[in-house]
This record gives sequence, structure tokens and C-alpha cells, in this order.
Amino acid sequence: MNETLGTLLIIAFVILGVLHVAPGLIWLERRLLALWQDRYGPNRVGPFGLFQVLADAIKMFFKEDWIPPFADKATFILAPCIINVTALTAFAVIPFAPGWSVVDMSVGLLFFLAMSSLGVYSVTLAGWASNNKYSLLGGLRASAQMLGYEVFMGLSLMGVVLMSGTFNLAKIVEAQQNTIWYCVPQFLGMMLFLIAGIAETHRLPFDLPEAEAELIAGFHSEYSSMKFGMFFIGEYIGITLISCLMTVLYFGGWDGPTFGISEGLALKLVQFGWFAAKTFVFLCLFILLRASFCRPRYDQLIAFGWKIMLPLSLANLLITGAALLALE
Amino acid sequence: MWPLLVFIAAVMVVVAAQIVLSHFLGQRHRERATGEPYESGIVSEGSARLRFSATFYLVAMLFVIFDLEAVYIFSWVISFRELGWSGYFKIFVFIAILLASLVYLWRIGALEAGPPKRRLREAEVK
Repeated sequence: MNETLGTLLIIAFVILGVLHVAPGLIWLERRLLALWQDRYGPNRVGPFGLFQVLADAIKMFFKEDWIPPFADKATFILAPCIINVTALTAFAVIPFAPGWSVVDMSVGLLFFLAMSSLGVYSVTLAGWASNNKYSLLGGLRASAQMLGYEVFMGLSLMGVVLMSGTFNLAKIVEAQQNTIWYCVPQFLGMMLFLIAGIAETHRLPFDLPEAEAELIAGFHSEYSSMKFGMFFIGEYIGITLISCLMTVLYFGGWDGPTFGISEGLALKLVQFGWFAAKTFVFLCLFILLRASFCRPRYDQLIAFGWKIMLPLSLANLLITGAALLALE
Repeated sequence: MWPLLVFIAAVMVVVAAQIVLSHFLGQRHRERATGEPYESGIVSEGSARLRFSATFYLVAMLFVIFDLEAVYIFSWVISFRELGWSGYFKIFVFIAILLASLVYLWRIGALEAGPPKRRLREAEVK
């Protein structure tokens, strides 16, 4: 009974946590970008402008929820739901501290890959269902980009699986505690995964699907009200997810000095603190990337994925395998 | 497994709530151009059910090919310690063939997005 209650608590915390972190990230992004560009950013609503996101959310709920008469209605509504459901569901396998995950799945990493693949449907269907030429182009771009980067995303993660011998995310963290954080031996794999992650969430510099200057807003041009909000939030949930995975797979998850605390809830909280701190660093990295890079051309993006990243991830796999076998 | 099912159900409720809430809270209005697609303010011409560049279709096909190969590699990765060097050499040959096909695709220009270089040069001459 107690265990059941604990699991239900974790479920509630994960959903509420993610749904707070993602909008919080919007505020953080606007403030940090402003800082780097020598201006203030949102600072009017609440202390440090913290309630800006809340105000935006309320505004968005009261906007006209317009479904275009020329659109494919069912698909049009379904598309933003898909991206939110898949991105949120992937959080089920993330271990936040020892024993703190919704499910302790033996194929956790594959589950994440499956969920991130399903995300492609969202943008493709949104672009097609809108029945708008700009949306269609954005949707096509997004699907081609996500498919191209999907291929080596899985392969780049396999270096970690080679070293730890498991798909279970909690076990991968434990394996790192016993040896070394995988960001050192798997540096190449980490970079490949990070780049794939940016492309999957179509963040800058890889935000070609919604390049405002050429496509209005790409696949979500025709979306309004909370349906637009869901695409917007979905993007930030995706960033949070990739940052969590970077922490878990390459930076030792909850591993860190425990300041002499050795048991009970206090230990778990300290470990969770380490997890959160590391994830926060990657969230800021995503924002820094946005502030510092310019967009590549579309054909450069596609060619880069197939011609450089895919061979590199295969090479990483072979070299890791050979090194591990030679060391045994 | 039940926590996962509860989690997915909870996620779906949250998402559905957002859709339903915004449907009922939003305003309604109807003007002359409300029912038209927004395409940068230019009056929309024809439907968006267009025929588009085959490049996208090609990428999807390449994805099917290479992601299917990835599944075989995944299964090698998880049993890699038991298979040892013999398994390693087999997957080496497999990946070598994969890379050879990638080089072939590269050479015939299947990885280039956008129009072929030849046509670009012709356009420049004109």
C-alpha cells in the first residue's frame, strides 16, 4: 500500500514538475537572452518578471481557439496532442534519484528512442492538416530533419550501452558510479547525441522547420490559442528531456558528493539536487546555443546529418567495441 | 507495469484538459478573411495538397533502410560481451557494408537536398 502511494506520488511529481519546468524555461530563456544581448527582458509581472509565463498562459487560454474550415479537423487537433503526450511519456523512464522513477524499465533507453520517433508524426501531421503551403513546407522540412537525425541518435547512444551492458537507465547511472562518468570515454558519442537532440527538438540553430523569416511559423502557422501553446510547451519539454538524458547517460545522473549524509530521505534529496543541478546546466547550454549560432541552410543541415554524423556514430561504435574487447 | 499505464493516462488527461479548456474559454469572431489560410497576407491560390520535391520521399526511404540496420546493431550491442571478438568481426563486416552503401548513395547524389549541382550551374548561365 505504502509503495503504491509512493509510486502515485512520483507520477504526480513528474507530471507537475515537468509542466512547471517547461514554462519556467521560457522565462529563463527570455531573461538569459536579454542578459546576453544587453537588455532587460520580461521584468514587470511579479518579482523578476517570474509571473510573465503565468500571464502568457492565461492569455493563451482565452484566445480564440480557431480551427480553420479548410483544415483536416481531426488531424489538426491530434497533432499538438501527439508531441505533448510523447515528450511527457518519455519522462516515465528517467531515474531522478535511486528508485525515483515512474517505471524501472529494462529497455528504458529504447522506450525513450521510440517516444522521440513518434514525435515526428506531430509536426508532419500538423503541417499536412493545416492545408497551408507554408505549413506543408515546414512540416516536410521537420520530418526530413527529424528522420535524418533520428538514425544516428540511436547509434550514438549505443556507445553507452556497450560500456554499461544494459538499456536500463538506473543501471547505466550505477555503472558510471562504479567506473567513470561516460562523458570522458564517450565524448564523441555525447557530442553526437547533443547535436541529434538539438535537431530532434528543432531548436536553434536547427529550427528550420519554423524559420520565421521564410515560412511564417512553419508547421504551426495556422495554430492559435492553446494548440499553439502546446507546440510551444512541447518544444521546451523536449529540451528538458534531452537535458535529463545528457545528465543520466553521460554525467553520472544523481552521482555527486553527499556531504556526509548516508541514508534516508535526506540522501535522496541531495542526490536529486545533483541531478537537477546538472540538468539545469544543460538547459542553460541550450539557451546559450540559441544566443550564439546562426541557422545553416537546409541542404547543409540534411547533408551534415547523413555525410558526417552517421559515419562518425558508426565509427564511434566500432572503436568503443574494439577498445572494450581489447581491455578485457 | 501499471505505473506506466497510470502515467500515460494522467498525461492524456492533462493534454485533453488543455484542449477542452481553451476550446470553451476562447472568444469567437467571424470577419471577411477569417476563413482563409494565412500565407503572408497574399490571397491564397489553390489548395496546399501539392506535389512536392522527391527529395523528402528519398530521405524517408533512406531512413527506413538505415534505421532497420540500426535494429540489428542494437541487438549486437546488448549481447556484445557474450559474443566477444567473433561477434565483433561479424558486426564489423555488417557496418562496413552499411558504410559502403552510404558511400554509394553519396556518390550518386542521393544525399543532396535541393536541385542537383548541374541544374544550378545551368541556371547561373541563364
